[in-house]
Amino acid sequence: MDGELTRQTAAGLAAAMAAGEVSAVEVTQAHLDRITAVDGRVKAFLHVAAERALAAARAVDDQRAAGAPLGPLAGVPIAHKDVFTTADMPTTCGSKILEGWQPPYDATVTRRLREAGLVILGKTNMDEFAMGSSTENSAYGPSHNPWDLDRVPGGSSGGSSAAVTAFEAPLATGTDTGGSIRQPGAVCGIVGVKPTYGGSSRYGLVAFASSLDTPGPLARTVLDAALLHEAMSGHDPCDSTSLDAAVPPVVAAARQADVSGLRVGVVTELGGEGYQPGVMQRFTETVELLESLGAKIVELSCPHFAYALPAYYLIAPSEASSNLARFDAMRYGLRAGDDGVRSAEEVMSVTRAAGFGAEVKRRIMLGTYALSSGYYDAYYGKAQQVRTLVIRDFEAAFEQADVLVSPSTPTTAFRIGERADDPMAMYLADLATIPSDLAGNAALSVPCGLAPEDGLPVGFQIMAPVLADDRMYRVGAAVEAALQRRWGHPLIDEARGLDGAGR
Amino acid sequence: MACMPITREEVAHLARLARLSLTEEELDRYAGQLDVIISSVARVGEVAADGIPPTSQAVPVTNVFRDDVIVPPIGAAAALDQAPAAEAGQFRVPRILAED
Repeated sequence: MDGELTRQTAAGLAAAMAAGEVSAVEVTQAHLDRITAVDGRVKAFLHVAAERALAAARAVDDQRAAGAPLGPLAGVPIAHKDVFTTADMPTTCGSKILEGWQPPYDATVTRRLREAGLVILGKTNMDEFAMGSSTENSAYGPSHNPWDLDRVPGGSSGGSSAAVTAFEAPLATGTDTGGSIRQPGAVCGIVGVKPTYGGSSRYGLVAFASSLDTPGPLARTVLDAALLHEAMSGHDPCDSTSLDAAVPPVVAAARQADVSGLRVGVVTELGGEGYQPGVMQRFTETVELLESLGAKIVELSCPHFAYALPAYYLIAPSEASSNLARFDAMRYGLRAGDDGVRSAEEVMSVTRAAGFGAEVKRRIMLGTYALSSGYYDAYYGKAQQVRTLVIRDFEAAFEQADVLVSPSTPTTAFRIGERADDPMAMYLADLATIPSDLAGNAALSVPCGLAPEDGLPVGFQIMAPVLADDRMYRVGAAVEAALQRRWGHPLIDEARGLDGAGR
Repeated sequence: MACMPITREEVAHLARLARLSLTEEELDRYAGQLDVIISSVARVGEVAADGIPPTSQAVPVTNVFRDDVIVPPIGAAAALDQAPAAEAGQFRVPRILAED
C-alpha cells in the first residue's frame, strides 16, 4: 500500500490487511518503530508491550490465513489507557500507589479489544486516577502535545491523544468523566468521543466517579472513532449500570455524513466570555458551514449549564473519596511504613500519603468535606439537584434541536506548568464538556481548524441525546468532510511539533 | 451562601477521616486551596431550590438481575499474587489493635 503505514487510518489499514497487501505483523512493527523513534519526546506510553503486540498480530495473520472470520478492525494497533485492567500488562492509573501492579483480570473493554483482533501496543499515560486536564498529574511525568512539545496534550486521556496525534497508533481508548476524552481530543486536533453513559462497560475500569465514568474512542478520523466505538461498546452483565440496549449505528452514521434538514442547536451559555477569540471564531465558522450544508441552526439557552462546573466539582470528588478508599495498602498496591510497630490504620495513612499525588489528595479531601455530616445537604445534596436541572435543560433543548453544539474547550492547548499550581484554572478546561457527563448523554469532539492567534487546534463539540450517539457521528463526519474539502488535506497534516515541516 | 473559611484544623480533621498522613506544609497549602474551591462550588446553592429531586445516576436502570450461575473465582493464588505481604495463603496485615 502507498505511503507510510503509520500515516494510514484504521479503516485504511484494515482494508489493506483484508486485501492481503500488508500483514498485521508489518503494521504492528511499523507502529512499534514509530514509538521507538518519537516517544522519548512525546512520552505517551507508560508501558510498551512489543513482544505481546507482535504475538497478537501474528495470531491475526494466522487466523486470516486459515480463513477464519475476522472483525472490521482485526490487526489494527491500538494504544490503551492505563486505567483499564490488563492481565498481561501493568496497570498504574498514573499513580505511584499502583506502580508495577499486574491485575489478575482483563477489563471488559480490554477483552472486547482482544476479541475484535485489535493489537494492544501498550498502556498510555494519564492524570493520576483520571483527575486532571493535562497529564501533569501523572506520577510518571507529563505527556507532550505533538503540535508543540512545550504544551499539554490535554487530559486525563492525554497519553492516548498524544499517541494518536504522533502517529504512534491510529486508535486509542480513553475515559471521560468530566471531558477527559473530548478535551484531549480537541487540543490535539483529533476526534474524541464520550458515548452515552452505560453504553460502554466500566467493569475493570479503575473507578474515579462511578456515576460519570464512560469509556470511549480517540482516533484521527470520525469513521475510525465509530469503528472503535462499535468494537468496544455494548451491554455487559458485569457492570450493573450497563444499558441493555443495542449499540447505536455509529459506523453507518459516520459513512452517511449528512446533515440536511437536521436541527442544530447553538448553546448560548457555552461560548463567549471565558472563551479564547480564535476558538469562538473557528466555532462560529463551523456553525455557518453546517448551515451551508443544509442544517437548520437554532439558538437556544441552557441556563443551568453555568452551574454544571461547580456541581461536578462536588459530585466527582465525593464519588472519588469513596472509590479511592479501596487503596488501603492491604491487598494490592503500595504499602509504606509497615515497620512492625505502626498499626494497620497508621500504615494505611502513611501509604496513602506517599502513594497519592497532590490533586488526588485534594479531591479526596474535597469529597470527604462535601459528604460529611453538617455539610452534606449544602454541598453534595444541592449538587445532585443541580444535576437534575442540567438534565432538564438538555431535555428542553433536545425538543428544539436534534443535536447541540459548542466549542469543545474554552482555550487551545496551554503550556506545561502554566496551570499546575492553580487548581481552579485547571478545572475550567472542562467548562463545555461537563454538562454531558452530568446528564449522561453522548458527545463528540471533531477538529474544526487552528486558532489564528496561536496556530493550535480547536475542537467542535456535538452533543446528542441518550442513546442517539449515531446523530453526532453524522454531524461530525459531515463537518470533517466539508472542512477537508476546504483545506485540501486533514488538519493533522499541519502538526509540526514532532517532524519539523508539515506535509 | 455564606460559608465559614476552611481552617487548618478542619483540613487536619478531613485528612484523618480520609486516612491521609499530611505534613504541616501540606496542611497549610490545602487549607488555602480547599477554601478557594469550596467557596466557588458553593454557587450550586443559588439555584438548587426545595422540591427539585436529586439525581444520583443520569441514565437510571432498575432491577438489574443476572442468571444465577456459578462463575469460578480467580482463586487464592491469583488474589495473593500482588499482595504487599502474604503468609500461609492469607494477606498479612499490620496489627489492628492499639497497644494500650
